[in-house]
Amino acid sequence: MIKIFAAALALSLAISSVATAQTGKVTVVTSFAKDVTDPFKKAFEKAYPGATLEVQNRNTNAAVKFIEETKANNQIDLMWASAPDAFEVLKGKSLLQKYQPKAVGIPDKVGSYPINDPGGTYLGFAASGYGIMWNDRYMKANKIPEPAEWQDLAKAVYFDHVAIASPARSGTTHLTVETILQGEGWEKGWRTIKELAGNFRQITDRSFDVPEQVNSGQVGIGIVIDFFAFSAKASGFPVKFAYPSVTTVVPANIGIVANAPNKAGAEAFVEFLLSPVGQEVLLDPGIRRLPINPAVYAKAPADYPNPFKDPRFQKMITFSAETSESRTAVVDTLFDQLISFQLAALKDVTKTLHEVDAALAKKDNAQARTLAKEARDLVAAMPLTAQQASSKEITGAFTGAKEKGARQAELEQQWAAFAKERYTQAKTKASDALKLAR
Amino acid sequence: MTLALGARRGAPATTRGQRALAVAIGLFLFAFLVLPTATVVFVAFTEKGTGQFTLVNFVDFFRTDLFVRSFWNSVYVSVMSVVWASALALPLAILTTRFAFRGAVLIQTLGFVPLVMPPFVGAVAMQLLFGRNGSVNLLLDDAFGFKIPFMEGLNGVIFVQSLHYFPFILVNLSASLRNIDRAMEEAAQNLGSSGFRLIRRIVVPLAMPGFVAGASLVFVKVFDDLATPLLLNVKEMLAPQAYLRVSSIGIADPMGYVISVVLIVVSVAAMWISALALKDRDYATVQRGGGGLARRSLTGWESALGYAVVIGILLLVLSPHIALFLLSIATIWSFSPLPDAYTLAHYNRVFAESSLYIKNTLVYASIAGLIDVVIGTAIAYLVLRTKLVGRQWLDWAAMAALAVPGVVLGIGYLRTFYGISLPDGTPLAALWITIVLALAIRRLPYALRACTAALQQISIALEEAAENLGATKARTVRRVVVPLMTGGLLAGFVTSFSTAAVELSATLMLVQSNSDAPLAYGLYVFMQSSNGRGPGAALGIIAVLLVTVCTLVSHWIVERRHEGAGNR
Repeated sequence: MIKIFAAALALSLAISSVATAQTGKVTVVTSFAKDVTDPFKKAFEKAYPGATLEVQNRNTNAAVKFIEETKANNQIDLMWASAPDAFEVLKGKSLLQKYQPKAVGIPDKVGSYPINDPGGTYLGFAASGYGIMWNDRYMKANKIPEPAEWQDLAKAVYFDHVAIASPARSGTTHLTVETILQGEGWEKGWRTIKELAGNFRQITDRSFDVPEQVNSGQVGIGIVIDFFAFSAKASGFPVKFAYPSVTTVVPANIGIVANAPNKAGAEAFVEFLLSPVGQEVLLDPGIRRLPINPAVYAKAPADYPNPFKDPRFQKMITFSAETSESRTAVVDTLFDQLISFQLAALKDVTKTLHEVDAALAKKDNAQARTLAKEARDLVAAMPLTAQQASSKEITGAFTGAKEKGARQAELEQQWAAFAKERYTQAKTKASDALKLAR
Repeated sequence: MTLALGARRGAPATTRGQRALAVAIGLFLFAFLVLPTATVVFVAFTEKGTGQFTLVNFVDFFRTDLFVRSFWNSVYVSVMSVVWASALALPLAILTTRFAFRGAVLIQTLGFVPLVMPPFVGAVAMQLLFGRNGSVNLLLDDAFGFKIPFMEGLNGVIFVQSLHYFPFILVNLSASLRNIDRAMEEAAQNLGSSGFRLIRRIVVPLAMPGFVAGASLVFVKVFDDLATPLLLNVKEMLAPQAYLRVSSIGIADPMGYVISVVLIVVSVAAMWISALALKDRDYATVQRGGGGLARRSLTGWESALGYAVVIGILLLVLSPHIALFLLSIATIWSFSPLPDAYTLAHYNRVFAESSLYIKNTLVYASIAGLIDVVIGTAIAYLVLRTKLVGRQWLDWAAMAALAVPGVVLGIGYLRTFYGISLPDGTPLAALWITIVLALAIRRLPYALRACTAALQQISIALEEAAENLGATKARTVRRVVVPLMTGGLLAGFVTSFSTAAVELSATLMLVQSNSDAPLAYGLYVFMQSSNGRGPGAALGIIAVLLVTVCTLVSHWIVERRHEGAGNR
């Protein structure tokens, strides 16, 4: 055994010394797929002879955790991922260093979202819009019409056909949920989200699981970031995609890690990403993200969406990053406790309410209508207000701050019990309404 | 740890070598399992924010309906999975070991393959076959207008887990059956026992160590597995709850680690109970080399029935791999019983890179398997053959590895070993040997159970005889014990090796350059985009083939040894 260890150690020493002997190695940790990183690697190494891009693939959370755990002896130059909140976490722990890019022609905002971190620690290099993706064969087989707007997905015809990633584990879904909450207000926003959620088939744990399920035809419709749908379509899957008339735009980001071993190389890669050559790589059919340099769209195919001109991207409400940040954990936990872990009960009520609506459409009944409305209000009820969600007593439970009123686990149990009770009552009312309406 | 305290109370005194071995293994487990895990899991015992010691988090655990419900769901699913996995494994094990059955080696090998399910891509293949709109349900719906919810709810989890983990029982039970002394059976027959009574009174009791080893592995593995429930969208089980918490960015939350602690405690308890079940009974038989049970020949229709059963079971348990193969040669497969068209392009695409991945996988998995067998044998020997105080703790500590989520172990390794720099400045955790150690620790329980079962069947009288003839303890182990354990050792190695070859969760945390990456990592990288599905499946098939070939070779070696022994 000792011999094996000794041999293994000697061998690995030899290998690692070869690796560090190379000059110009830029190490990037990323959540992007090989299809995204490979074309960039190729173009970058061509543009900067002598440079090599070493790509470490990790999911976003693992990447953040990795940088945090290894900070004492950091070997990573760059963090490259979509979710801005992951960069916020790194920034909050001072694990990113500021950089002022030299690239020109890049505006301050895409839609109404600032492209770069105001603090200058991470920079947007591409944009993505949120939308609805569906499997054509699935829709035809189940005779479902194509959806156009978010509200459409709450209709009875889409019951049990929609998938989404959990906001607690997908930074981009979190932004969508937060956008709805800020756009419609706390109470009404949650009502909308729960109405959509009543039709969910699945709440997945990875962003990519949603397009994967739609590609396979296991789920008909997915709420996804545009490039997932574009690249699936480019690969030949029978899927379609539409932006609703109000969509969120999310920048994808890159940031230089604090104490980067190859700082010059890291800066070179950032500049390359933001240069016209680097921006054009985004148009690659396997990548299909939206460049943040408006000039690059001149080289894009005709049907390529342009967030700088397309009015749908301009309508998005002003998004307050501070509000979002102050209650991130609260919103995610609420979503999980009220929706993800109660999905069966929520769907059960929703199904009955759809049946009530169908019955009422044939023969109206005032009493049933009132009961159904009461049931809907019970489903929409929230255990706390917007003010409470950002208050120190509540957020303190998640960070462990001194001001906390209760422990996180206690809050979760309260919220779950609150939702369970309301959903049970709502189910009773909805069933009564159905009896009357029939 | 407790092991340093050697026993000195009368009875057979322990030798210095045994104590040194126990200390060495204790240190190994401490450095590469206990310490890294503790650096992460200690959060469970602290108050959030202040970091003070508290047990209130455990109180919260039992006060939260969701966790309590998840706990009982996990227990239910694990027990039922053991039942169904046994139902699948028993016919295969008995037919291939008790009867003269053509193709026994092939059946044993194929029966083993389900254990090797590459991450992510295996899930996709499974959905395409058994999912709500998978091939089977699309065909059923077309022909009869109904669907079967194979992959829904807790029963779906039980279905998939039984298919996935039944090889644990098959491998260990077969090894046990092979080790039963033919003389026992013949003695029973001479005394007038035959047929079902013979099986019930002689074969079943003597094969118990192997069955219990396999069943306890299935129970603990299903209890701790998070991939399958998540794939089926079942969140109300314990392991997924831990994962969902640990993997969210709010990583400082103690509840995820509280669940991890509960998982570890339950796993160790399950092992303890299974050890109790075998305690105070003697499973050893003195005579060896009888070639196991007598192989009966089957009459024509019996043999036809046998083949029908075997082929039926194999088709069922291998169906995910058949789907995986189809996926790897499919252009597009979406909402249809079969792919639209076929191509070899995916294999072309992965061909250039896969040789590096294959090499790394072979190196990592075989070193890890080797470490596991060596340590597994040593622990089994210390537990069963010595009176060292605290020897059971070695066994339980090693088994606890099953319950430590891969991501926790990965983070623990970074925390423990990243600060240690080599002379040239690279951190210790950046070396590939760290990946190997993580794999070895994660797969040690498999090898350990196999080694323990093998040793339980060897009569101590053989060792005493050797020692009476003047052999030292070490020589006895080398010349008598290990050779007699070969079958079990190989079963252990194969299980550790092949499951290490497709491990991802800890690997993903530890891989630091593409040149050090194993197959599973390459697969993960592909499986992040729609375009990478085919190539991912191709890599998955390569991994499965790799493991199958290695398994086939080791089965072949075991069979040959047995035949040789039987003819002597």
